[in-house]
Amino acid sequence: MTEPAALATEPLFGLPLADLWFGLVFFILAMFLFLDGFDFGVGALFATREDDDERERLLAAIGPFWDGNEVWLVVFGGALFAAFPSVYANLFSRHYLLMFAILGALIVRGLAPEMYEQRHDDGWQRWWGRAFVVGSLTAPFFLGMFTANWVTGATSIVTLPALIVGLAVVALTVVDGVAFLRLKTRGDLRDDLEMDGYRALGAYLVLVVAALGSVYAVEPALRSALLSAPVLALVLATLAFAGVYVAATRADRYYAAFGAAAGLVFALVAIVAGLMYPSIDRAAGLTVETAIVSTLQLNLMSVGAAVLLPLVFVYFAVLYTAFSGPIETGESY
Amino acid sequence: MIDPVLGSRLQFALTTIVHIIFPVMSMGLAPFLVYFTWKDIRTGEPIYEQLRRFWTRIFAVSFVVGTVTGIVLEFEFGTNFAAFSTTAGELFGGPLALEGMMAFMLEATFLGIFVFGRERVGNALYMVSAVAVGLGTWLSAVWILIANSWMQTPRGYELTTANGHTIVELVDPVAAYANPRFPWMFVHMQNAAVESVALFMAGLGAYFVFRHHVWEYPVENVAFWETTLKFGLIALLVTAPLQVLHGDLYARHIVETQPQKFAAMEAVWETDSYVPEYIVAFPTSLNQLLDPRAKEIFGIGIPGGASWLASGGDPQATIQGLEEFEGKQPPVAIVFWSFRMMVGLGFWFVLLAVWGGYRWWSGELLEDDLLHKALMLSTLLGIVAVELGWIVTEVGRQPWVVQDVLRTTDGVSPGLTAAEATATLVGFAVVYLGLLTLYTYVVVRIVRAGPPDGDDLATRDASERPASEVSADD
Ligand code: HDD
Ligand code: HEM
Ligand code: HEM
Repeated sequence: MTEPAALATEPLFGLPLADLWFGLVFFILAMFLFLDGFDFGVGALFATREDDDERERLLAAIGPFWDGNEVWLVVFGGALFAAFPSVYANLFSRHYLLMFAILGALIVRGLAPEMYEQRHDDGWQRWWGRAFVVGSLTAPFFLGMFTANWVTGATSIVTLPALIVGLAVVALTVVDGVAFLRLKTRGDLRDDLEMDGYRALGAYLVLVVAALGSVYAVEPALRSALLSAPVLALVLATLAFAGVYVAATRADRYYAAFGAAAGLVFALVAIVAGLMYPSIDRAAGLTVETAIVSTLQLNLMSVGAAVLLPLVFVYFAVLYTAFSGPIETGESY
Repeated sequence: MIDPVLGSRLQFALTTIVHIIFPVMSMGLAPFLVYFTWKDIRTGEPIYEQLRRFWTRIFAVSFVVGTVTGIVLEFEFGTNFAAFSTTAGELFGGPLALEGMMAFMLEATFLGIFVFGRERVGNALYMVSAVAVGLGTWLSAVWILIANSWMQTPRGYELTTANGHTIVELVDPVAAYANPRFPWMFVHMQNAAVESVALFMAGLGAYFVFRHHVWEYPVENVAFWETTLKFGLIALLVTAPLQVLHGDLYARHIVETQPQKFAAMEAVWETDSYVPEYIVAFPTSLNQLLDPRAKEIFGIGIPGGASWLASGGDPQATIQGLEEFEGKQPPVAIVFWSFRMMVGLGFWFVLLAVWGGYRWWSGELLEDDLLHKALMLSTLLGIVAVELGWIVTEVGRQPWVVQDVLRTTDGVSPGLTAAEATATLVGFAVVYLGLLTLYTYVVVRIVRAGPPDGDDLATRDASERPASEVSADD
């Protein structure tokens, strides 16, 4: 047991807290990309549905969840700020316009479904329906760009890896969205979605390979990391999850397919983290060791996270249990 | 092209001024909603179901807009105030992370159940979700105000260097987090939120009551609006006097911790004793408006009032004048007039509460059309007072972003260009104007549609819904 007085000098229980927080930050990012990812995917799929009733069902499917899902992004920002303040500052100010593009997309995405439900005339719903689609496509695209630039240490916004990763993340959210909707819908809608899922998955795999190739070409400094065993293993894992996704979808094993989509997301984020470590902001020359906050603050935050994150999982379990099963239209308060 | 420092400050001001509206609505509504839900479940009376459902709709839109504007703020510390984030991140990032994990998560997940789940979950879980949402909104205020109050009265830190920057290192978490300003800020802010919502409810209620009783227009659900008016008045009777009393004590704490800010609030330039408090101040020239000096302004003052405020009861007490402080002064005019207006509104709300309470007590609440007009006029004034109070707090702290530790000009992102700052500032001005318009539009629609009634109301009684009732899976 660590003595209270030692809280300021040594990490709790002698744990490698800096590395754990590096892992935690990316875990939170992955949770966001997985959970809000299916909301984005549903937004993208919204464009493919003409029927009012089907559109209502898509919105109802994510209605109770998206707000909670989005909080993972808030917590990602908070965790990065709390554990690696200089990274938070450097990274966000360096990608100034991109950050605001992400925020703009999130504003549109968050507002659109709320507005869509306010009025039921055609013009209004067409407009907000489009806004919803645009927000849901651009938010993951910009986030993908941001992540790619973070890894490569690019100082400009538009780079080849950034564009490819952006598209890859969009494709991934569609896979995720399909897997989620196949749990929440029944009938024709569910059957129709099957093909969308395969297409998006195919696109994703191609884009991931292209993204890794482009990083290899553009960033010589990352070549050895790209060919390291953990990263290669994660690429193989991605292929394996894709296989599971297809097999589970064919067998109508909906939960398994959803799990495979989660696997894809976590593998992607792990690849990003693997390429980066032990650096955490290449462009600013910051490593996990140098950027971490002082020991006292680190210990306090670790205690906080250890207590609070399990509770967060309880909240999500309660929420998802309350709304398990297929959606019924016309649900409200 | 705007200078990046000025642009960042204006942008932060704009985005927080818009954001705070929605937390005020949700924090202020939270206790009402918990109560309405409780009564709805316990009594099954239709009026409580109406109150719960109507105000939940308002809460839900406020929350959505609060979320989208709040995320912007959190990111802005990194994008626009990178130097501040690097320097103060160790103390500032912690509360934000805890806010996310402890408060926003609780609030946003249970909100799903609270808004969409009445038919899906049992009474017990529904009640729990109402409490969780309310608690979440209040806890988020705890953490964000810890962060802000530390900027006003920084404690528990040491200055060190890391990666070539001077940074603030946490040495005493209790002193830092429970800094002297925090309890003042929390009480004043939360009471202000409830007071603002009380005014909002009373104003809306008064509008429909007025239409019905005075203009004799047909108004559906008059009983609902009468009840709304009464709930608003009750809450106002509690919060309005408390806010004024608390504010007076709060001012004394400002004198002790930020004397320069207090001097700006009172526009006292030369150190003096027996300083009057001008409740109503009339600038007699443009110059007095733009560059107020307490000594020169004609006003209705309480002799020794400001001294009394500053010392906690001694009208002879000395107030340090602005001239005694080295370096830059905060923009006195903004701070002075904002403070006057907040205080003026505070007293006005007390008057309203007493007036309304008296009319109610004498059984004429529904007939006094002047009262109705006054209440209608004040519907949004609570929120206005909150904005003014925050302007006093934040502008009065200038030129510091962290009092006596870091100057605002040294907190802005070093790499930020004028073009970038201009682009986002203009973008926000446009987008936020749109947001406010939409929010207003939606709230007006909700109000016009009124509460659910007739067949729309559930005909349930308390015994019908066992707590274990959870929707069936497929
Ligand atoms: C309904 C809103 C409302 C009303 C009626 C009042 N206030 Fe207030 N005031 C606020 C809402 C507010 C706030 C929520 O906007 C602030 C900003 C920061 C804070 O803690 O509360 C504030 C700040 C604030 C401050 C500055 C704190 C600082 O600089 O850090 C003082 C000294 C007062 N108030 C004093 C008063 C007095 C003497 C009032 C009445 C006689 C009064 N307030 C009414
Ligand atoms: C929601 C209510 C708030 C309002 C209306 C508000 C308003 C303002 C305004 C008007 C400024 C510009 C001051 C100037 O540059 O002259 C400002 C600056 C700032 N505020 Fe606030 N503020 C609020 C709450 C907060 C909170 C809770 C925090 C921190 C947790 C905060 C942190 C800052 C920072 C970092 C700046 C920029 C530096 C500066 O200009 O001093 N504000 N705010
Ligand atoms: C007095 C100042 C403030 C108070 C009391 C306050 C309170 C709240 C509350 C209660 C919410 C929940 C959403 C809602 O109910 O509308 C919220 C949302 C949010 N606020 Fe503020 N806020 C303040 C200023 C700030 C500042 C300066 C920041 C910047 C860090 C910020 C960041 C956020 C974020 C990120 C959200 C979204 C949370 C979510 O996704 O649920 N807030 N705020």
